[in-house]
Amino acid sequence: MSIIVAAETKLAVSGLTGREGSFHGLRNKAYGTDLVAGVTPGKGGQDVEGVPVFDTIAAAVTEAGANTSMIFVPARFAAAAIDEAIESGVETVIAITEGIPVLDMLKTYWKAQQAGVRLIGPNCPGVLSPGKANVGIIPAQFFDPGPIGVVSKSGTLTYQIGSELKQAGTGNSSIVGIGGDPIVGSDFIDILKLYEADPETELIVMVGEIGGDAEERAAEFIAAEVTKPVVAYIAGFTAPPGKQMGHAGAIISGSSGTAEAKKEALEAKGVRVGESPTETAAIAVEVLRGL
Amino acid sequence: MPSRGGSRDSPIGGGSRNVAARFSDSVPGRPTGTLYMDLLEYQGKQLFAKHGIPVPSGEVAADVDAAVAAAERIGYPCAIKAQVLIGGRGKAGGIKIAADADEARTHADAILGMDIVGPHGEGPFRVDQVWVEGGSDIAEEYYASIILDRGEKKLLAMVSAKGGMDIEAVAAEDPKALVKVHVDPTAEFDAAAARPIVEAAGLAGDALDDAAEALARLAEVASEEDATLIEVNPLIVTAGRDVVALDSKVTIDGNSLFRHEDLAEIADTVDDPLEQMAKDKGLTYVKLDGDVGILANGAGLCMSTLDVVAQAGGAPANFLDAGGGSKAEAIVNALEVIKADGKVKAILFNIFGGITRCDEIAKGIVTASQQIDLGMPLVVRLDGTNSVEGLKILAAADLPELYEAETMLDAANLVVKLAEEAS
Repeated sequence: MSIIVAAETKLAVSGLTGREGSFHGLRNKAYGTDLVAGVTPGKGGQDVEGVPVFDTIAAAVTEAGANTSMIFVPARFAAAAIDEAIESGVETVIAITEGIPVLDMLKTYWKAQQAGVRLIGPNCPGVLSPGKANVGIIPAQFFDPGPIGVVSKSGTLTYQIGSELKQAGTGNSSIVGIGGDPIVGSDFIDILKLYEADPETELIVMVGEIGGDAEERAAEFIAAEVTKPVVAYIAGFTAPPGKQMGHAGAIISGSSGTAEAKKEALEAKGVRVGESPTETAAIAVEVLRGL
Repeated sequence: MPSRGGSRDSPIGGGSRNVAARFSDSVPGRPTGTLYMDLLEYQGKQLFAKHGIPVPSGEVAADVDAAVAAAERIGYPCAIKAQVLIGGRGKAGGIKIAADADEARTHADAILGMDIVGPHGEGPFRVDQVWVEGGSDIAEEYYASIILDRGEKKLLAMVSAKGGMDIEAVAAEDPKALVKVHVDPTAEFDAAAARPIVEAAGLAGDALDDAAEALARLAEVASEEDATLIEVNPLIVTAGRDVVALDSKVTIDGNSLFRHEDLAEIADTVDDPLEQMAKDKGLTYVKLDGDVGILANGAGLCMSTLDVVAQAGGAPANFLDAGGGSKAEAIVNALEVIKADGKVKAILFNIFGGITRCDEIAKGIVTASQQIDLGMPLVVRLDGTNSVEGLKILAAADLPELYEAETMLDAANLVVKLAEEAS
């Protein structure tokens, strides 16, 4: 088992005919992901290295059997592409694009909720289930199959932790990048739920950062609903208030959204929080060995 | 919760417009420019006026003569208000009432060029412009805001009859005095929908219609202008019983600027010269106060690098996300910005190569160090894809003052030690 993407994933990539979309879409295919379609309006009937391209995501669903959509289109068109995916009949939409206006995402979030479609991202590296499928831009070589589920707001920071877990001889059920935007389709809680129900996942590593209150909400949820051990890392202890640290969502507003508050909220619920990516990986390995 | 006394989110250079600096770890749409943009009071009021929210008439002025001329046209009494992106302007002496031309001159002279420090020590912010506006005859002072509630994924409307003061203090003392209602994202938010909120806040009966209309218009500003925060404190009722926005605090989502040409012009300038330089070079950079320059790839890893350096006893000088930068040009740009900060004594280059390969990054560092004379130690830590090859390239180049470190913690300890030795 794993979560969100697996051997059953049949992927349609919106933006497959673009430079980034083709690079990453074909990389995902090379990893073993069942890439069934590309989608670019006006380019239906073409193909990208043998992968058929359709004008619409709905056509990729009906004609190629796609059940998962990856959005790799420029920011100003991305919300419309996500909306199209939500209405197309796919179960899961993974939006990689960064820079989508947040009020567009506000509307799109509720469309996904009402349609019952799982939305991951935007501004995220995607989802990898090692040995099964990779949808997005996560470099798969740092992750082996194993019992640790990872959920993270960050990309490279997650690769760092994954690399250290691999060196310690363990691996991952799935790695989910939920994205660094203020509004994302799935929060920590949504992914924690899936890991809790996933028999392959024995331990969960949660990587958060400053901004918003998703980590604090996750702490409450972990205390109430999660039986598996959770180890966390929070980035941004040195971030000053009011400054945006790269990610659109990574900002301390007044006194809310600080790393310290998130760490305290998690520790108050019994979640161990690593001081550095290295220590976080070490704690995860230690807890896993004690299971 | 936003507050007049709280710190304003400073406009910073985020994202990158420099396509040459983007690599395969980046994603489409990533060149985004400014992430969040705060508007000055008068800019916010201009947006309000555009959406039919009553504001006092006024003019902006950048020098004393222009301010006096504006005051003469507007009439007396008039308010001379410092235009800076920080709360607490009144307490700092940045807002004065002028009864005649002499007073207008005295106040404009005092306010223009003054440095205003925020209530939490932010800044100082130099006053380059004043807003001169007609005096208002205030009968009541209310508070109204529309903010994006990230957790609930809805707009949140807040209204209080106790305006004109620090709203966080009001809410702390008497939570019921601040009415908070989420806006239904699937329904229209018009004056009828806003009416129960202003009623619950206990505003004067004869002001309810206009206040509800104003609140609905503020929500319209949020959706149509891509504002993630709109705060009016105070929203006043005049002696003539008109509802008027007497102040404004507006934050615009920088990702939306492609569809707001007027706002995009405002976004082109930032306060800090180093942040401006970084922005011009298309780098995601935030100036901090320390002496250890930081360059990392990815926002999360970069934040983590700052933390690890601080844990090692150092003080980071900046946040700089190279975004997977391997090409020499991007590295040169980044190092130039870090070096331009005169306080920096040593630099840490922390890279985890994902799709970007560390050997390419190492080549970029070698080329960059031939193009730019750093004059300070550079600690490089390469991990991830082809890190061994990358470290070999660096070793072979035998660059002066270049130190390699195997782990993030080793790198942090080393760069902190080198910075201390240099000071």
